[in-house]
Amino acid sequence: MSPNFLNGITLLLVYQLVGEVIARLMSLPVPGPVIGMVLLFLTLLLRNGLEQVVEPAASALLSHLSLLFVPAGVGVMVHFGRIGDQWLPISAALLFGTLITLAVTALVMLGVQRLMGKGRSDNA
Amino acid sequence: MHDNNLAQIWVYLSTSPLLGLTMTLIAYGLAYRLYVWARFNPLLNPVVTAVGLLIALLLLTKTPYRDYFAGGQFVHFLLGPATVALAIPLYRQFGKLKTLWLPVLVALLVGVTVGGASAVGIAWVLGADSQTLLSLAPKSVTAPVAMGIAERVGGIPSLTAVLVVMTGIVGAVFGTKLFDLMRIRDDSVRGIAMGVAAHGIGTARAFQVSAEMGAFAGLAMALSAFVASVLLPWLLGWMR
Repeated sequence: MSPNFLNGITLLLVYQLVGEVIARLMSLPVPGPVIGMVLLFLTLLLRNGLEQVVEPAASALLSHLSLLFVPAGVGVMVHFGRIGDQWLPISAALLFGTLITLAVTALVMLGVQRLMGKGRSDNA
Repeated sequence: MHDNNLAQIWVYLSTSPLLGLTMTLIAYGLAYRLYVWARFNPLLNPVVTAVGLLIALLLLTKTPYRDYFAGGQFVHFLLGPATVALAIPLYRQFGKLKTLWLPVLVALLVGVTVGGASAVGIAWVLGADSQTLLSLAPKSVTAPVAMGIAERVGGIPSLTAVLVVMTGIVGAVFGTKLFDLMRIRDDSVRGIAMGVAAHGIGTARAFQVSAEMGAFAGLAMALSAFVASVLLPWLLGWMR
């Protein structure tokens, strides 16, 4: 393991730890890792050099992000009974709910961008 | 004598985390190779294949999920530092984000609301019971946050974790096709929608398309975790 990788993973864990402590101390509804991410982002804005330290560990984790969801996904076997009984509402909600969310979110963002574009077209 | 030894080895392996962890990595390695071989066809998303392989193996060997997770938890744990690591792509796209903060904010608020309401609405019309509905509500939110929300509103956290993964798979498999059909080509817009609707699995898919789409998906996933943990319990309380 290169020293950079080790420093990077240590830093990521420290930020997660600080995030968890803050979330609990202030009883925030947001989970620790998300707070850790915001804190690391703010630190990066203040200190340019930090990016090189975290980069190797960060890209190692992010390049196989899907792997990390596999153990939770296997948990579907525990709920085969409930899912089998209610397969229609569950699968319809998963499929159509997700497609609707994808489409609506993209259209809203495009719509606001267009409205803003019209608002300051003379600047552009 | 020989059989006895094998049985003893199996007793050791089935109670040690080593087997679950190794199998997770092997299954994902095979699934990923298949995905590369199929030229990244989204239908062969490696999460689907790996989960399928592992479930088949666990059912064949009659291994309970709990024993498997003793090993799987080491991979699962890395979701935490990986979430923190999303600060890096976010930082790299900060210049573009600054010019887009208003459309992103509005899209997030609407997207999180629609994500919860569409899932609950569709399942309610088709007759799901209330525990299933409450477990479905946070399905588009990243797993650790979604489980926390499910717990607070009276859903089943472990069922929510599964629904979250399945939602991510739907987004990863159909997302880019849907955007093509809708002629949405802007990677920042595609990324935001993917992160809001399909959290980390959608983000993983988005990174395969481009670094920009991935960064915006990661940003949307993180910010919608904030928004959802405040908004969804409030909306569900109001809907009762």
